[in-house]
Amino acid sequence: MSRPLCALWVFMVLLGDRLASPYRPETEPLDPEPHEANSIVELEVPPELDGTMSDGELVPHHYPAQRAAKVVQHYLNTRHGSPYRWIELHRVNKASLEDLGQAGKKYYLEISLKEVISNTDLGQCSAEVLFSGEQDQGAPQVQCPCEGLQKLNTTAEEEALFQRLNSSATPLSGSNIPDSYGHIAPEMKPLWHLGAAAASFVMLKESNESTLYNMAQVANITQLETENGQLRFKYHVLLHDMISQEILHWKLLVSWSPAGGVSVLQTEGQPKPAESTPEDTAPTSAS
Amino acid sequence: MRKDDIMIAAGLAFLILCVQNIDCTSDKSTQEGTPWNYDYTRYHPVSEISDWMERVVTENPELVSSSVYGETFEGRNITYLKIGLGSEGVQKKAIWMDCGIHAREWIAPAFCQWFVKEILLHYKTDKKLNEMLKNMDLYVTPVLNVDGYMYSWINESTRLWRKSRSTPPEGCTCHGVDLNRNFNANWGTVGVSRDCCHNTYCGSGPVSEKEAQAVTQFVGSRVDQILCFLTIHSAGQLLLLPYGHPHISAPNYDELMAVGQAAAKAMKAVHGMDYRVGTSPDILYPNSGSSRDWARLMGIPFSYTFELRDKGEFGHLLPEEQIQPACEEAFEGALFIITYVHDKAFHNRTEIGAASVARAFWATVLASCLATMYLL
Repeated sequence: MSRPLCALWVFMVLLGDRLASPYRPETEPLDPEPHEANSIVELEVPPELDGTMSDGELVPHHYPAQRAAKVVQHYLNTRHGSPYRWIELHRVNKASLEDLGQAGKKYYLEISLKEVISNTDLGQCSAEVLFSGEQDQGAPQVQCPCEGLQKLNTTAEEEALFQRLNSSATPLSGSNIPDSYGHIAPEMKPLWHLGAAAASFVMLKESNESTLYNMAQVANITQLETENGQLRFKYHVLLHDMISQEILHWKLLVSWSPAGGVSVLQTEGQPKPAESTPEDTAPTSAS
Repeated sequence: MRKDDIMIAAGLAFLILCVQNIDCTSDKSTQEGTPWNYDYTRYHPVSEISDWMERVVTENPELVSSSVYGETFEGRNITYLKIGLGSEGVQKKAIWMDCGIHAREWIAPAFCQWFVKEILLHYKTDKKLNEMLKNMDLYVTPVLNVDGYMYSWINESTRLWRKSRSTPPEGCTCHGVDLNRNFNANWGTVGVSRDCCHNTYCGSGPVSEKEAQAVTQFVGSRVDQILCFLTIHSAGQLLLLPYGHPHISAPNYDELMAVGQAAAKAMKAVHGMDYRVGTSPDILYPNSGSSRDWARLMGIPFSYTFELRDKGEFGHLLPEEQIQPACEEAFEGALFIITYVHDKAFHNRTEIGAASVARAFWATVLASCLATMYLL
């Protein structure tokens, strides 16, 4: 009774081995010649890497499409970002570029997006980004109808936060969000997201084909008096530009309400703070 | 009856082959050989990392030694851990890994420590790893830019420092040079600033910085030995290949891409994170003077920059809760590349992680079946 069963097991083992080892390089005699790339048997080079793109088409994971897609992220966060909503670019799936001469350069993108706080997949969206020609240094123009955004419902949390901050006796303040270790106190997280949404206005305006912005940190936040039913805050944010690797300081006057969304009333770019040379760095003994 | 005997004989022969190649999953709960009260899921200042390095050497003398191979601008030691078996007085092939060339990229030194810890935990029980350590040495520098890293620990206002801490040159007022623009690889040509106050300032000349000199001298004198040069950074989730200059291609570009793609696939398998692979001018920006480019130009066939998590949400301020998952995926990527270059140099059959675990499973199934059969 057990022998036929065991034969079946052996068969399964042999089958399992075949399935478990997709990688079977040929045995080669010792030779000093370098291996050819095609000796790596199962490694596939995805089609978008083989460089044969038709006119105007861009490689999605190369930097031009990636930078344009990041601009879409900034745009969406100015429109939909809130203390409980942060939209992030997940992947660029398709991209093409149209050179409009003096009118500028227009990127056509198919991107997948994610709402990070609720970890919601927003699906695929189409977007167009126009970087204006040299003469006009205006903000990029973005169009991104994205149906996936309808899924998001953050009204309850936003109302609760609004009520809490509006009726609180002491105005809220905080600094270094996140801190050096990447930590954010739970009660500051919504204010961090709000800061990022506000920073998106600046990042959008300052973006061009040679920038890639992210908000590095909220250096400081101070709550001001509510005005016209909007909570108001003074933010000092640090932006990081990947291309220049610089940290840029901006001061923002921000207003927010669940119904009104995020508005940036004033912005002020700050010069880099003067360098300090704290004495603690000088070694007292070689380490 | 005869058919069954043949099947069983085939199974037995297969079992023997399998057992020879089993990658026994080691007991991860034993902390034997690692400083066991060291928290690898937190960021550590230089003093703690130095102490940890000393303990790693003291507690694993048969596997690890350390050496000072240079000095920073402010006169601090730059130290590597040399990890290998039977390395006394033998010139072995080697892998180079450095972390923390940019001060604010704290996840990078965290990864070097994690990497060493993983080696220590598994080298006795993981046959493949054991074999690789017999054939090769791993040179791991947990913190290359010691001055800059220490500076970034002073307070919140210094946390985002990137460069070295050399004093301002004549006619300029700011400290520091971008060490990853300072190497002698098309130095000063693209993706750099000549303004000493900028974060991509390439220095007054190629290899003007002591930290770059240390790597250049040590690695430069062992180019024939070194199979692979890995330099660890954050952020962006990228695997960058040479060269940073848009008009130059490495002769083994295809192979570098294929191996990089496979490494990225291995990384994604851990926690689902995407890592893009390509040359810097293709996927990020052109640059010159990088250590990765210099290593490739010197003839080291495999040279990669790892840009670890994340893609901008936290950037360089990666939360400590993410140290473990970031390091786990980076480890798989680094190990893939190291395994590949080892097998290429020593002409062995390549075992990739998933395949060998599956083998172990099926071998166990067969073994238990055979045991049952003979008992009945």
